[in-house]
Amino acid sequence: MYVVNKNFVPQINMNHLSQTISFSQSGIGMACIAIILTPLLGFLINGLFNKKLSTSLVGIIACAAIIIPFVLSCYLFTAIPEEGITVHLFDWINVGNLHLDMSFLVDHLSLVMLLVITGVGSLIHIYSVGYMHHDEDYPRYMSYLNLFVFFMLLLVLGSNYVVMFAGWEGVGLCSYFLIGFWFKNNEYNNAAKKAFVMNRIGDLGFLLGLFLLFQKFGSLSYHEIFGAAPAVLNGNATVTAICFLLFVGAMGKSAQIPLYTWLPDAMAGPTPVSALIHAATMVTAGIYMIVRSNILFQLAPSASEFIAIIGTLTALFAATIGLKQTDIKKVLAYSTVSQLGYMFAALGVGAYDSGMFHVVTHAFFKALLFLCAGSVIHAMSGAQDIRSMGGLKKYLPITHLTFLIGVLAISGVPGFAGFFSKDEILSKVYASGHFVLFILLAITSVLTAVYMFRLYWLTFHGKFRGTHDQQHHLHESPTSMTFPLMVLAVLSIVGGYMGMPEWLSEHHLFSSFLHPVTGSAPHIHASHTFEMVVLAVSIIALVLIAYTTYTQYVTKHVVPEDDNQLKGVPKLLTNKYYIDELYENAITKPLNSISAFMYNFVEKYIIDGAVNGTGWLTTNSGVLLKQLQTGNVGFYVFAMVIGICLMLLKLLF
Amino acid sequence: MNTLANNIPINYYLILSGILFCIGVMGVLMRRNAIIILMCIELMLNAVNLLLAAFSVMHNDAGGQVMVFFIMAVAAAEVAVGLSILVLIYRNVKSVDINILNRLKW
Repeated sequence: MYVVNKNFVPQINMNHLSQTISFSQSGIGMACIAIILTPLLGFLINGLFNKKLSTSLVGIIACAAIIIPFVLSCYLFTAIPEEGITVHLFDWINVGNLHLDMSFLVDHLSLVMLLVITGVGSLIHIYSVGYMHHDEDYPRYMSYLNLFVFFMLLLVLGSNYVVMFAGWEGVGLCSYFLIGFWFKNNEYNNAAKKAFVMNRIGDLGFLLGLFLLFQKFGSLSYHEIFGAAPAVLNGNATVTAICFLLFVGAMGKSAQIPLYTWLPDAMAGPTPVSALIHAATMVTAGIYMIVRSNILFQLAPSASEFIAIIGTLTALFAATIGLKQTDIKKVLAYSTVSQLGYMFAALGVGAYDSGMFHVVTHAFFKALLFLCAGSVIHAMSGAQDIRSMGGLKKYLPITHLTFLIGVLAISGVPGFAGFFSKDEILSKVYASGHFVLFILLAITSVLTAVYMFRLYWLTFHGKFRGTHDQQHHLHESPTSMTFPLMVLAVLSIVGGYMGMPEWLSEHHLFSSFLHPVTGSAPHIHASHTFEMVVLAVSIIALVLIAYTTYTQYVTKHVVPEDDNQLKGVPKLLTNKYYIDELYENAITKPLNSISAFMYNFVEKYIIDGAVNGTGWLTTNSGVLLKQLQTGNVGFYVFAMVIGICLMLLKLLF
Repeated sequence: MNTLANNIPINYYLILSGILFCIGVMGVLMRRNAIIILMCIELMLNAVNLLLAAFSVMHNDAGGQVMVFFIMAVAAAEVAVGLSILVLIYRNVKSVDINILNRLKW
């Protein structure tokens, strides 16, 4: 069993710092810049000339703008040395003692993110062509997707925190655009605003963390901060504050308690957006940021502990809500929140590579699940309520099969991607000595399987419960949509084999790939017998869950009741613990009444009063003083002489 | 240099100039005819000019006399403008009595 060393100081090998090259110096530099700029170019072309381009050309440009970066990322994957390379584009900000470069760090961590973003992103772009091409605003949609990819790449490739922050804000903006894509529906606009405001709260924390970092290090570049961190910050309370503030940023972006409520609402956007932004990439930015800063977090054990607790609570909390949701996308949204909680729990106990591993596998199977959901919604002519679905298996064979693979992957069925990453997190949380968190995460794992199987049985099995028109309309989606499903399904199976547990394979490919970045974290050894016990228990639990949910929802045809017939705990869960209502009453309403007070009293009487009072005073003093102006020249001259005499007198005495 | 001007003590100049200035002030204050008021203003200016010239000689400094020329030039311009205004006023109201000219106010 692993023992936490309280006085642990991460060792940074200074020889491992990457070399800096100018972007025009080598193929790697050019490729890196091309990766970033191609999506921006796609955005500009589609955004500026969308009226002139044909629908198919828009699709081709948008897809090319992400497939080219994907190919280049694959090239970088083979070409990048272990210690990474910094590609310098230009000096960005040079004021006082603040020196910031627009430069990009390509190392193993950013490569992982790069491949996920461009790889999964490419599939989702292709899917979008099939899903969205009937929409009247299709070019705008595709250009937003490209812009999002640009900012996301900026986020993961930036070689200092400010470039990361620029990307961080940019993806938030694109998320806002895409959630509110159908802006004629006011609820969607509200969801977009909610996401934006929630993210702003987190961003404020992030920004404050950056200010503290700059104050301590006089720099914001990764190399300088991480190189100097152990010497500058060890045993210093500031590092806890910095880590805590950075985590507040991650809470907002990655939807952790208490800032998670925006993510389920973000499902207002088109489904591929939910897959790309709100499942696979943007919401994992918080995890990326913490893994990137893992040197700092290793120095702040209390902040890490806090992250583990928040992550675990979020995982459990969201999973319980997911149990009773009836909107197919809402179930997946809460599942995303829950899985993000898993990742944070892993980061909190110091298993940074396991957290990243789950980011990757989760990107595969959650993107798959969302895209399948999109295919189902497409077939159902827009309906999202699982109570009106059922029996879709025979109408949507490919979607059904791929969705089943996604369900098996997320539930952690051995052999599928989710199993490897999730069990790794579970065993590492246990091995690091957090027994309570382990129990809670294990319960979450069970709940995950329950709500995913419930979703699966209700959607694809039993009898169709929708209207006759809908049944008539049911059809499998076009190839452009099923192709990404199949690729992602394959990835959801094989994706896990790059991180096989120690008792199966001596070599954990993923972990050793990330070693240059996370290598300074202590290695957590889980006992092999323990892992096997967990495996055995989880297999038994999964079989039981699959069987009971099957009898419940397929054999007995139990359909979730109407929301207003529920009582007790199910009612509480359906209404998401009334957290939205709590925020509404505890924050929004007081804010609104303060605003009303400010308007009705402060604005109207104090501010307007001061302004109008100034005017009143001027007018009335004028009325008084104009009496002096008689028009009688003699009087004026007389007054002037008196005045001059007085001045002379003053001069004399 | 032993001229007449040098033999007269400065006090005399001061007193004469003071008397002239006061006559000018009183004229401005008490007369109602705008032309006379204008002339009284000239009187005040010239009282000052006299004083300036006297002190200039006393201190043997040409600056005072230069100032006098300036004042004369300005006064000439002022009179030109003032008289033309008065002509226009007279054409309009057939009077140059300043007590009648009390309509230029709020």
